[in-house]
Amino acid sequence: MGVALFEKIQEIRAIYPEGTQSALLPALRLAQEEYGWLSPDALREVADALDLTPAMCKSVASFYDQFNLEPVGEHLVEVCTNVSCALYGAQQVLEAFQDELGCRAGETTEDGKVTLRTIECLGGCGWGTIVAVDHAYRKGVKPGDAAAIVKELA
Amino acid sequence: MSHKQIVMAGTDARDLTKLAEYEAVGGYASLAKARALGAEAITNELMTSELRGRGGAFFPTGRKWSFVPSPEQNPNPHYLVINADESEPGSFKDNEIISRVPHRFIEGCLITAHAVLAKHVYVYIRGEYLEPYEILVAALEELKERPDLRGDVTIIVHRGAGAYICGEETALLDSLEGKRGQPRTKPPFPAVAGLYASPTVVNNVETIATVPAIIEMGGAEYAKLGVPNSRGTRLISVSGHVERGGNYEVEPGISLKDLIFAPELGGGVPGGRAIKAVIPGGSSTVILTGDELEVGYDFDSLLAKNTAMGSAGVIVLDDRVCMVQLGIRVSEFYEHESCGKCTPCREGTRWMTQILRKLEAGDASEHELDLLLSVCDRINGKCLCPLGDTAAMAIASYVEKFRDEFIAHLNGGGCPCGDHSPLDGVLAPVAQHIHNHASELVPA
Repeated sequence: MGVALFEKIQEIRAIYPEGTQSALLPALRLAQEEYGWLSPDALREVADALDLTPAMCKSVASFYDQFNLEPVGEHLVEVCTNVSCALYGAQQVLEAFQDELGCRAGETTEDGKVTLRTIECLGGCGWGTIVAVDHAYRKGVKPGDAAAIVKELA
Repeated sequence: MSHKQIVMAGTDARDLTKLAEYEAVGGYASLAKARALGAEAITNELMTSELRGRGGAFFPTGRKWSFVPSPEQNPNPHYLVINADESEPGSFKDNEIISRVPHRFIEGCLITAHAVLAKHVYVYIRGEYLEPYEILVAALEELKERPDLRGDVTIIVHRGAGAYICGEETALLDSLEGKRGQPRTKPPFPAVAGLYASPTVVNNVETIATVPAIIEMGGAEYAKLGVPNSRGTRLISVSGHVERGGNYEVEPGISLKDLIFAPELGGGVPGGRAIKAVIPGGSSTVILTGDELEVGYDFDSLLAKNTAMGSAGVIVLDDRVCMVQLGIRVSEFYEHESCGKCTPCREGTRWMTQILRKLEAGDASEHELDLLLSVCDRINGKCLCPLGDTAAMAIASYVEKFRDEFIAHLNGGGCPCGDHSPLDGVLAPVAQHIHNHASELVPA
């Protein structure tokens, strides 16, 4: 077991009232930051650190879009394709990323570097198209910007 | 036109993310004033101000606070929970409020905590809002050195992890308790049994960021702004086919047309195209046609048009947009975000999407348009929370107001807009999942 992760989870646990499992979401986030995704082993670590069962941890993790229950690339490119971004041309932006990366939305590049996916409204509707690159928002992204962004991640 | 700024006041001239700058413009003076006033007087001031919740439900804020039982009635600790899970398509105001006036928001938290006798404030911020989260944490870090401001109140920032439904207050509370974010049965309401089954007040970010100004100017002065039932100012998110997408703080009562066309606001439609429709308050609201833009942008005026201000996300759609494609995209969103607890919503949103896809492809027969409306009717009012209701009402309004276009899809064997519509072939997350797993689900 990762001792550092266990300790960090205990710190978070102390923030919340005793006898609650409020630390679960932050703990899952920490584990994912550590391992890239929530593997069965990672879920067991979280469960042990919080005195929960791995099944409880997985049932909660599977509810939320940001938790990866399958391996993902080193980098994450998420294109918002909700209504406002779509009106600015999000689909064309998505297609430009597909071309640049050589994979479809929902897939990871063959070298395991980048996962590309669409995402529901990111809350930047007036500044679309919003693309979250490793969770940091890029605003007003155009299809022509895809190549430079992909190059940054290489 | 000049517009009175309350929530965003001072941001044009200064970087109010810094404590020193915020204090230089009188920041945290309302907190001192509020502490001198006492809890009941603060709540009374809020009642006088006629402030209503900015998350979309319009519940009178002062009244909500007054429901919290006294410690004699209920000895459990009181909690203040801030809903910063802003996820309504079209709304991005709370993002900007936290990012640009974090201290005004924090001051509002501290005043409200004082009013509702809470020692713990939880700010539940959506997981995707990384930058606002970091700005808020940095602002709270500055407060660590200032026990005079913090008092005995602890503010904890709790990140969500990607679920629209957690904007519903009881789902948010379950999520904050470390569970799947699914709405609870009500009653009991959070004021009686909320977080950890204790008395809890849940307020939206913008609501809380308005509180310091109300204490500063007094409730009566605040209530002079705006129009009846929509007092004060609102941050309105304008997006879609407008020249100047962004958040604009205005007094409600301004016409929707001015919001879209005023040069200092939306700035009109690119290329001078005609407006086909406007979603007035986030994708959960009933659509307005291009002929209905003279309406006042306030609670009563929009209610008279059978729609709502919601979370004040205005999405402008020009004449190229296919309304069936809009229906598909909106329906896919709710299908993806339905938490699955109530059958009518879980199954119904999927049905809506499927029928709309058939219509768009030209494979639908006439009875399926009636079936779509029937599905909407069978969702509406039959679930624990409004997610399914609003999805059904929004989709039904597209059919009702653009029936000819839906009929044209039936009779013409598919979409008459061709690929001219900007919503043509847009890949939604729910469809992305299907196309990647299709081979696993369907035996060869």
